[in-house]
Amino acid sequence: MPRRLLRDGRVMVDEWHYLTETAIDAAAPLIVPFDRWIQARDLWISRAGPLGVLLAPASDVNRLAADLPRLALIAAQFSGPGEGRGYSQGRLLRERWKFAGEIRACGYVRQDQLFFLARCGFNSFELNDSDFANAAAALSIFSAAYQPCNDAGLDYELVSRTSGA
Amino acid sequence: MYRYDAIDKTLVNERVAQFRDQTRRFLAGELSDDEFKHLRLRNGLYIQKHAPMLRIAIPYGLLSSAQLRALAGIAQRYDRGYGHFTTRQNLQFNWPKLEDVPDILAELASVEMHAIQTSGNCIRNVTSDHLAGVTPDELEDPRPWCEIIRQWSTFHPEFSYLPRKFKIAVTGAARDRAASLVHDVGVHIVRGPQGELGFEILAGGGLGRTPVIGQVVRDFLPREYLLSYLEAVLRVYNLEGRRDNLQKARIKILVRSLGIDEFRRRVEAEWASIRDTGPCIGDAEIARMRAFFPAPAYRAQPDCEPAVAGSTAFRAWYRYNTAQHKIPGYRVVFISLKKPAVAPGDATAAQMALIAELADRYSFGEIRVTHSQNLLLADVEQGEVFALWQALDQAGLATPNIGTLTDMICCPGLDFCSLANAGSIDVAKLINERFDDYDYVYDLGELEVKMSGCMNACGHHHVGHIGILGVDKGGSEWYQITIGGAAGEDASLGTVIGPSVAKSEVAETIARLLEVYVERRGPEERFLDTVRRLGVQPFKERVYAAPVAA
Repeated sequence: MPRRLLRDGRVMVDEWHYLTETAIDAAAPLIVPFDRWIQARDLWISRAGPLGVLLAPASDVNRLAADLPRLALIAAQFSGPGEGRGYSQGRLLRERWKFAGEIRACGYVRQDQLFFLARCGFNSFELNDSDFANAAAALSIFSAAYQPCNDAGLDYELVSRTSGA
Repeated sequence: MYRYDAIDKTLVNERVAQFRDQTRRFLAGELSDDEFKHLRLRNGLYIQKHAPMLRIAIPYGLLSSAQLRALAGIAQRYDRGYGHFTTRQNLQFNWPKLEDVPDILAELASVEMHAIQTSGNCIRNVTSDHLAGVTPDELEDPRPWCEIIRQWSTFHPEFSYLPRKFKIAVTGAARDRAASLVHDVGVHIVRGPQGELGFEILAGGGLGRTPVIGQVVRDFLPREYLLSYLEAVLRVYNLEGRRDNLQKARIKILVRSLGIDEFRRRVEAEWASIRDTGPCIGDAEIARMRAFFPAPAYRAQPDCEPAVAGSTAFRAWYRYNTAQHKIPGYRVVFISLKKPAVAPGDATAAQMALIAELADRYSFGEIRVTHSQNLLLADVEQGEVFALWQALDQAGLATPNIGTLTDMICCPGLDFCSLANAGSIDVAKLINERFDDYDYVYDLGELEVKMSGCMNACGHHHVGHIGILGVDKGGSEWYQITIGGAAGEDASLGTVIGPSVAKSEVAETIARLLEVYVERRGPEERFLDTVRRLGVQPFKERVYAAPVAA
């Protein structure tokens, strides 16, 4: 069954494939696990099709800095309801490294995390099936926020009384 | 005090709606126990031994009379008519029903309160000096900075799923009354080389299974960078703190494993990359926050102690339960929640309502919660102290014991907490019964006794002058005794005196420790200082020399 995805506020079928999934043609968009990417970076970069990297929670996202221009997608893996490293990975990608491609949350992703994930720079979500119907409401669950973060294009009022980037 | 604007109100209301929906989804089976746990804990809701426990945030311990009245009403309608004040200046209800919690949160929101981030692995309620703004030894009132931190940390998108809980304490005085050295981060207001205001930042303190005193990460941080520096500390912790073992997940373990120098290097490197783009606190914002904490309309009056002939009870209370105020003619008044035979930190709904009324009449309508689980009225005219005492005394709220042996810090213990190994409230009662002679208690002077029902150390036993830790030995309740701990600016961890003792032996053990102190103390020397001077040995010898008659 094709994977459903919430991307930029719309539900769509995922056109990306993970390396671990069934064989795909060389031009199809491919997501490579972080460790495999680091091991054979040059090999992957020579590939024809669009490329993405799947971060494990412990992956050091800063090690991808030089490769970001070649990457169209970074996915961060959430291993369970308490996992929180992906939030920092997202902000580092958007804010420190100015990554403009897709940042995707995968693994344990439920509606309750969407607002925070979006504020940390995530724009696509492999959401739990039962939560798609509530996604729009979840993304605007709060109409304001106290801290400057990745706020461009999001539907809430930034009330941080501190100035940010 | 800080008052909500339209946006603050909207946010807490939206939180109530969010939690109401999450509770509905849980009750409908759409969220598993584990999934709901992560959500409810962010709203202060624990599932405990008898019933859920709901912890309500009292930001840096400050309450208005309207808020305290609302808490009294909630205690009356949703609980069993009382609440428990904690060492982190919060309030816990031990008997609410899960289905009622969204309604309780809605009532709290109507008086600008909430239970946001009072538990769970996130940034907890920020705590501070209960004498903020009224103590003569203060460099600067920490409350505006606490509110700045409160807002920044509320729903922080990056730091809502940390490896473990994260507690911040802020102080602005020479004396540390907020136990900042045993917090994940301690923020001390200090002056820089040119006399400018800024912060000393400590990290890695904490109690629990592995007690550690915090270490200095940065000795001077210009004030505008407070939040970006905290973001750097939190980011290093969020990414590198251990998540494989709950017992090793606090920042203190990370700081210890890296060493403070390497930890500092990483924080500084992170900060360097966000200093100019991260949150920056401008002068206008500082001025706006300070304006929420103006000095009340003090009246000029003579600074003389109340002249009340003959009332020794009042005199004792005045000496122990009131403190110097920076404005002549005013007094800080402590309301002891440590009456013998009452669980330490507990107040009934009727007492809360009365205290709210007394705050309106005598102290500009504000109440504070102290780290040592008492309440206080910060701004009482000397001329009205006696009338206030009379009202408190009638309500059982004038136990004259602040800072003495019977002003114990105590966790809820086995009776209420699913984590505890042993009871603590009943041990507090036994100690109160044994030491019911006030002359003796007063003669002992300043003495901090702190008791926890388990290793999680909610009662801060490691930093008690005398610490008592409940341990489980083959299904029965035993108590390990430490001496020489302290929580203030000279913080230290207590030393275990020897094998744990049975419940019936705790009071006698303390009596023997105090005998040694009374025999060997120097002039004006506190128990703590005698222990520091003599070491544990003479105390240990006395305690274990002869068996305790049961």
